[in-house]
Amino acid sequence: MLKFLLRRGGTMLLTALCLTFVVFFLTNLPPNLEKLAKSEASVRMSDADVASWIERNGYGRPILVRYGEWLGVVPGWTNTEADGRLRGRCVDRAPVPAEAPAYCGLLQGYWGFSTFFKAPVGDKLGYHLGLTGILMFWVMMLMVPASLLIGVLAGMREGSRTDRVLSTFSITTTATPEYVSGVVFIVFLASPAGFQLFKGSAASAMDGPTFENFFLPVLTIALYGIGYIARMTRASMTEVMTAQYIRTARLKGLSFGAIVLRHALRNALIAPFTVIMLQFPWLLNGVVIVETLFNYKGFGWTLVQAAGNNDIELLLACSVVAVFVVLVTQLISDVGYVFLNPRIRIA
Amino acid sequence: MTDPAPHPAAEPGTAAAPILEIENLSISFFTRLREIPAVMDFSCTVMPGEAMGLVGESGCGKSTVALAVMRDLGKNGRIVGGRIRFKGRDLTTLGDTELRDIRGKEIAMIYQEPMASLNPAMKVGRQLMEVPMIHEGIGAAEARARALEVVSDVRLPDPARILNAYPHQLSGGQQQRIVIAMALMSKPALLILDEPTTALDVTVEAAVVDLVKDLGRKYGTSMLFISHNLGLVLEVCDRICVMYSGEAVETGAVSDVFDRMRHPYTQALFRSIPLPGADKTTRPLVAIPGNFPLPHERPQGCNFGPRCDHFVAGRCDAADVPMFEVPGQDRHATRCLRFAEIDWSAPAKAARAGEKVPVGDVVLRMDDLRKYYEVSGGLFGGGARKVVKANETLSFEAREGETLAIVGESGCGKSTFAKVLMGLETATSGRILLYNQEIQDTPIEKRSPETVGSVQMVFQNPFDTLNPSMTVGRQIIRALEVFGEGRTDAEREARMLELLDLVKLPREFATRMPRQLSGGQKQRVGIARAFAGGAKIVVADEPVSALDVSVQAAVTDLLMEIQRKNRTTLLFISHDLSIVRYLSDRVMVMYLGHVVEIGSTDQVFSPPYHPYTEALLSAVPIADTHVRKKRIVLEGEIPSAMNPPPGCPFQTRCRWKHEVAGGLCEREVPPMRTLAPGHQIKCHLPAAVLAGMEPVITIAAE
Repeated sequence: MLKFLLRRGGTMLLTALCLTFVVFFLTNLPPNLEKLAKSEASVRMSDADVASWIERNGYGRPILVRYGEWLGVVPGWTNTEADGRLRGRCVDRAPVPAEAPAYCGLLQGYWGFSTFFKAPVGDKLGYHLGLTGILMFWVMMLMVPASLLIGVLAGMREGSRTDRVLSTFSITTTATPEYVSGVVFIVFLASPAGFQLFKGSAASAMDGPTFENFFLPVLTIALYGIGYIARMTRASMTEVMTAQYIRTARLKGLSFGAIVLRHALRNALIAPFTVIMLQFPWLLNGVVIVETLFNYKGFGWTLVQAAGNNDIELLLACSVVAVFVVLVTQLISDVGYVFLNPRIRIA
Repeated sequence: MTDPAPHPAAEPGTAAAPILEIENLSISFFTRLREIPAVMDFSCTVMPGEAMGLVGESGCGKSTVALAVMRDLGKNGRIVGGRIRFKGRDLTTLGDTELRDIRGKEIAMIYQEPMASLNPAMKVGRQLMEVPMIHEGIGAAEARARALEVVSDVRLPDPARILNAYPHQLSGGQQQRIVIAMALMSKPALLILDEPTTALDVTVEAAVVDLVKDLGRKYGTSMLFISHNLGLVLEVCDRICVMYSGEAVETGAVSDVFDRMRHPYTQALFRSIPLPGADKTTRPLVAIPGNFPLPHERPQGCNFGPRCDHFVAGRCDAADVPMFEVPGQDRHATRCLRFAEIDWSAPAKAARAGEKVPVGDVVLRMDDLRKYYEVSGGLFGGGARKVVKANETLSFEAREGETLAIVGESGCGKSTFAKVLMGLETATSGRILLYNQEIQDTPIEKRSPETVGSVQMVFQNPFDTLNPSMTVGRQIIRALEVFGEGRTDAEREARMLELLDLVKLPREFATRMPRQLSGGQKQRVGIARAFAGGAKIVVADEPVSALDVSVQAAVTDLLMEIQRKNRTTLLFISHDLSIVRYLSDRVMVMYLGHVVEIGSTDQVFSPPYHPYTEALLSAVPIADTHVRKKRIVLEGEIPSAMNPPPGCPFQTRCRWKHEVAGGLCEREVPPMRTLAPGHQIKCHLPAAVLAGMEPVITIAAE
C-alpha cells in the first residue's frame, strides 16, 4: 500500500509540474506581460518603455528560468536600480535587502505577490480558499446523501413510478446550469417577486454562515451534482438489482428492504464513489459562477478577479490549487475504490 | 387458504405424500408483441427423498419450471395455467410473505454460476448465516455455529477461514460448495439444482455431484436436478423427465427411460451423444435433423414432428398430443401417439460408415516447448514478480490427416499452447516445426499469409467470435482476402460459396447477419472461416462445448468429414473425454503445463493409465446404464501454475503416490517413459503397479 502511494505520489508530482508549467507559460505570454507593465506603471508607456519595464522587473528572463524562480529552485532575479537601490523577487522577503534569501518560490512557501490584492498571494489565497472550503463542505453534506438516496430509490425498482418521477427530477437538475438555477432561486426565493425566504447575497455568510444567507448558494451548486450522481447511482443500482446474487438473496427468502440494504447497496455504491470524487474538481467550476452570483468572496471569486485583473501570480496560485484538488481527489477515489470493492485488494 | 388440496399437508419424510406436485403447468412470457408460451402442460411429481432429473436442450423450458416453483419468473413471466403443490399447498396462489417463508427454508436453489450467485462484497460467513437468521430467528452466534457445521458438511477444508473469506478468494469448486451449503442452511425439504456443475471442471464436477448425492441422502432432501447432461442425471437421479420445446415428452424411472425409452426425441438424443462403443468410422453419431423450433414457431400437433423419423402426416400434426402412460412400468409416460407401434430396438438407420483416413507425414512437431508468463503481483504494481509456467517441456508430433486430442482441465496450459502455435504468443524456449520450418519465435503479424492460412483455429464460443455487424459472406470473403486467396472479387465470391457448401450451409446464408443464425450454424461459419486459407492444421478449441447436444453431433461430423476430404490435421482441445474417445486418433493429457500421458486413443483409455488420466476417466459422467465405473474422487484443488508443487505436478492429489518408494514423487519431476510403441507417460510408478491397474470403465453384459 505504501509503495503504491509513493508511486502514485511521484506520478502526481510529475503531472502537477507539467500542468503548472503549461499554465505558467500561458499566463506569461508577451501580451499579458505588456498589459501587466501598462497597468503597473503607466497606461501611456511607449513600446520601448514597456520592454525596459519588463526587463527591469525580472519578466524578461527565459521562461524556464522564471518557472524555476517561481518554483523556488532558481535564485530570484535581482536588479540594482539607477538610484542604487537593490530590487528583486526576493528582496522584500527580509527587512534588510542584504539578508534577503536567494530563493523564494513555492518550495519556500512564497506564492508571489498579488497585484490585485496588493499583498502576498499566500495570505489572501488561504483566507478565500477557507471560505470556499466551508461552502464545499455544506454542498457535499447536501449533495451526497440526497443524490445517493434518490439514485438508490430510483434504481431499486427499474421502470416503476418512483423511478420515473425521480429520474425526471435528476435529468432536469443536471440539465440546468448553475447560472440559470441560481438566478431562478434568487428571483423566486429571495426577492420581493417571489417568497423572500432567503437572502440573495451570501456576503454576510463570510462572517457567519446561517441557513438564511447560505442555503441558496449551497443548493445551487449541489443541485447540479445531485442529478448527475443520482443518475449514476441509479444506473449502477439497476444493474446490481438484476445480478444473480440478488436473485440468490431473493430466493433465500429475504424481504425486499433487506435485499436492497444488505446486498445491493454496497455493490451499487462502488461506481458512484468514483463519480462523487470526480465531482470535486467539477464543483470548482460551479463555485466560480455561484460565488460571483451570490457575492461570496471565496476561491471562485478570487479566480475571477485574478483573471479579470491580469494578476499573473494569483492566477498561477489558483491553478495550482485546482491541479492539487484534481489529483488528490483522484488518489482518494482510487484508494477508496479498493476499500469498497473487496475484489480489488492490494496484494 | 382456499386451496382445496386433496393431500393434507404431510410431515416431511413420514407419509408417502409427494413433496412437489406439478400439474398441467403452463407458463408464458409476455412481450409487447405477443405472448410467448415457454412451458405447456407440464406435470411431474417428486416424492420425499427422491431426485428428479429435468433434461433438455437450451430453451426447452427446464429452468423456467424451476423458477416457477420458486415463483420467481420476473416481471414478464406468468403462470397461466395449472398448479404447483408443495407439501399440499398451492404455490401459485401464495402471497409475498408466505412465499418468503418458503424460499430458502423449505425450497432452496443451487445455481449454475457460483461466482455470480454469491454477493461479491459480502463475506461468505455472513451470506450463510443470513439464512437461518431470517427464517428461524436465531442469533448470530448460533447461526455462525450452524454455518461452520454445514461448511464442514460440504467438505471444505478449514471452515473458519472460509467463513471469513470473500467469494472471489475461493476457487470455482469451493464457491459451488458454498452455494450448496447456503441452500442447506435451513435444511430444506426440496432442493432445486439448476445445472450446478456446468461451469466446473470434470474432476471438480465429480466431487460436487458426489457431495450432492451424499447430502441428499443425509438430510433426506428431495431434489429437482436440472441438466443437459444425461450422464449426470444417470448418476444423481432416481427419476427423469425429458423436455422438448416447452413440453415434457417423456418421464419415468431413470432405468426405464435410459433403457426402454418410448419417445423418438429421447432416442434421438441418446443416439447423438458419444457413448463408449461409438466410433467415428464404424458407428458414427446420428445427429437430429433440423433445428429446435422457436417458441412462437412451434408446429401444430407434436412439437418434435418435423424432426422425427416416425412422423406420420395427418396423425402426428393433427392436434396437441397428451401424455400416455406406458403400461407395465412405474409411472413411465410419453408424449408420443405412436409409442406402441414403433420398433424401439431397431438400430439407427443412418450409420453411413466412412473409411478410415490413413495418416500421412509429420506436419507439426513440438520440441521441448516452454511458455512462461511473468506476472506482477497485485493491482497496484507492487509485490514480487511471479512466473507462471503455463507450458513445460511440451513435445509431440502431429501427422497429416490425424486427430490429436489435447485433454485437461482449466489451467492445464492447453489454451496457452494453442496461442503459441497460432503465433499470438511466442515461446519462451523450445521449437515448433511446421513443415520443418521453425515458427516458435514468429508472432502472427510477421508470419506469411500462407503460414497464417495453414494454421487456423475454431473457437469455443461461436456467439462471440463472429462480427455482429458484418454479413456471413462478407466475413468469409474478408478471411479469403487476408490469406491472399483468389485474384478477383468474383473469384473470392465463388470460393466463399464453395466454403458454405463445404460446411453444409445454404448459399443464401451469405447475405445473413450472424444474429439470424443459430449456435450450430454460427459454428459452421466459424469452421468455414478457418478453412478459408486451405488450412492444413486446425486447432479446434472446445468447438462444440457451447452447443446443444443434438447440434454437437452434427458439427463434430462436419469437422470429421472436412478432415477426411482435405486431409487436415486436427488438434482437438477438449475436456469432454466422451467426445475425445469418439473422434480422436491420439490423445495427449495435460496437467499443470505438463504432458502427463500421450498415446493412441485405445492406449490412453485402457490401463495402464497415468493416475491423472485414471481420475479424469472416472470423473466423466456416462449416460449408459450398462457402464460400471470405478469411483475415484480427486481430493484438493488444482495447484496454481504460479506456485506448482515440487516434483511431480500431480503428486498433491495422486492416490498412487504411496506405491513409489522414498518420496521420489515429491522430489523429482518424473521422466517421460515409453510403455508401448507410441504410448508415453510421465510417472514414477513401478512397472508392476502400472501393469496391475484395473480399467476404470467396464461395460456390463446386457
